[in-house]
Amino acid sequence: MGARVDRMSVEQKKSESMPVFSPELAARLDALVLKYPVKRSALVPMLLYAQDEVGYLSDAVLAEVARRIGISELDVRSVATYYSMLRFKPAGKFNVQVCTNISCMLRGGYEVYERFQEELGVAPKGVTPDGLFSLEEVECIGACCWAPAIQVNYDFHDELTAESVPGILDRYRNLAQNKEKNA
Amino acid sequence: MPRLVSHPDEVKIVTRRFGQGAAQIDRYLELGGYEAVKKCLAQGPEWIVEEMKASGLRGRGGAGFSTGMKWSFVPKQSAKPKYIIVNGDESEPGTCKDHLIFLHDPHSVIEGTIIAGLAVGAKMGFIYLRGEYRYLLEKMERAVAEAYERGFLGKNIFGTEAEFQIVTQSGAGAYEVGEESALMESLEGKRGVPRIKPPFPAVVGLYGGPTVINNAETIATVPHVIAMGAAAYAAVGTPRNGGTRLFGISGHVERPGVYELPMGYNLKKMIYEVAGGVRGGRGLKAVVPGGSSTPVLLPEEIDIGMDFDQVGKAGSMLGSGGVVVIDDQTCIVEFAMRTISFYAHESCGWCIPCREGTDWLKKTLTRFHAGFGQPSDIDNIRYLAENMLGRTFCPLGDAAAMPTLGFVKKFRQEFEDHLHGKPCPYARAGVPQLTVV
Repeated sequence: MGARVDRMSVEQKKSESMPVFSPELAARLDALVLKYPVKRSALVPMLLYAQDEVGYLSDAVLAEVARRIGISELDVRSVATYYSMLRFKPAGKFNVQVCTNISCMLRGGYEVYERFQEELGVAPKGVTPDGLFSLEEVECIGACCWAPAIQVNYDFHDELTAESVPGILDRYRNLAQNKEKNA
Repeated sequence: MPRLVSHPDEVKIVTRRFGQGAAQIDRYLELGGYEAVKKCLAQGPEWIVEEMKASGLRGRGGAGFSTGMKWSFVPKQSAKPKYIIVNGDESEPGTCKDHLIFLHDPHSVIEGTIIAGLAVGAKMGFIYLRGEYRYLLEKMERAVAEAYERGFLGKNIFGTEAEFQIVTQSGAGAYEVGEESALMESLEGKRGVPRIKPPFPAVVGLYGGPTVINNAETIATVPHVIAMGAAAYAAVGTPRNGGTRLFGISGHVERPGVYELPMGYNLKKMIYEVAGGVRGGRGLKAVVPGGSSTPVLLPEEIDIGMDFDQVGKAGSMLGSGGVVVIDDQTCIVEFAMRTISFYAHESCGWCIPCREGTDWLKKTLTRFHAGFGQPSDIDNIRYLAENMLGRTFCPLGDAAAMPTLGFVKKFRQEFEDHLHGKPCPYARAGVPQLTVV
């Protein structure tokens, strides 16, 4: 028992010395837990918002979320592994999610997906060497009437063809370059 | 931005504020918004429930249960707080109607939620959107903040004694969470595994309190029913199927889109006139009438009215209203394989028939389509699917089995065409063909 307490206090110190989240996110999560009658209801969105900032659910993120909700890290892992948008290793800065479900498939979703693989030179679930893009095939994203559709992070792009792929990638490359210049 | 479509046959009730900037509260008020909830505050809970019953409005999520009946099941007295949940976890392949509601008319969802709360005596509502709909969640959150600012939410709403709070919530990717009890688990910060029923949510739901959970389209329809009157709303549809429905037509049609048509609108007309017919003048092979979980219909079976009862009689289901049109150059085996792959991916893994059944069906159909099928596979697919039906805690098992059975039953010849190492006769261009070594 004594050993466990010691370890916890060490971890706590670690998290105090190295903040896992930015002050903005920390404030947002502080407000989030107050929204609900039960604190734990904040868990799923908290994981997603944390991932949006950090890029993935690292051990440190999981530990911090567990501390904030007041449940065990194992409990957090059990929930996190259920949801398909949550990931445990980094994705690209722009995560390209191509829907290939029925409505998209019928209108060329796989052709779009294959073109992304060619243009990016990565296999499914792969990340480009510069870390800019990652690519994955996803299930229905609720844009069936505007198929084929993709999401880049949270942005929808719809009514695509394989030919529209290079243009989309260029837009995000420019976005990244402009951000770098401004930074 | 999702393209808005229109057709002269449409009866715009739920969509009447689309494309008019109604996401902004002043515009929503200009267009008659928040009048229905004021009427409800004056009339009281019993009147609201009776109006909903009389309107013939049936759940738009897929099950088609009477909304008024559902609300009437909530006990009047309860030791625990009661809750309203709006199910915006829209994930059924072929379905994108709620997407447009959140985008163009988020206040109608808020107004409907308040009315549901008044009807059953709940003081808190949750609006749950799938995680992928982040930009729509932000729209919804802005609308909720506006409603709080105006005193339409919070304590003493509209200057009365009534209180109503709304909390928005994001999912994080899970089809299964669209099932009502799984959604409650997710909202409680758990894995989205369904609960055993009974007890039903109306008695024991979120945090153990009596809960009404309705699809987002159902809730967005509520203020319109109240505003136009139950009788007028019911008169738009067919008997026992009140009003209109947001039909999402996708796949091989000339003009895909979400069209608001009266319940009972003819499916053939919907495809050939409203959506402009099959793309490129091709022939029609099959139609999935209500989202990927509904059994497929053949071209000779589509001369039917699109309401819950008539589609049921035709051997399928109206489901979520997502009509997926398939042309004559599509491989049904591949289509079946893609459908079952989805369910295998989304099965939560709790019930064995669903977890194992979807996985084996996926494996068998994948092998089959690749040209390694055996004659016994066809009956084996049927056997697997039949043994999933009705043997799972939630409808996901059925949702996977029913369409699979439909494909095998109605397109047996096409399955047989894949046997003996024959390459897929309908393969998409550019896809390498596997052949027996």
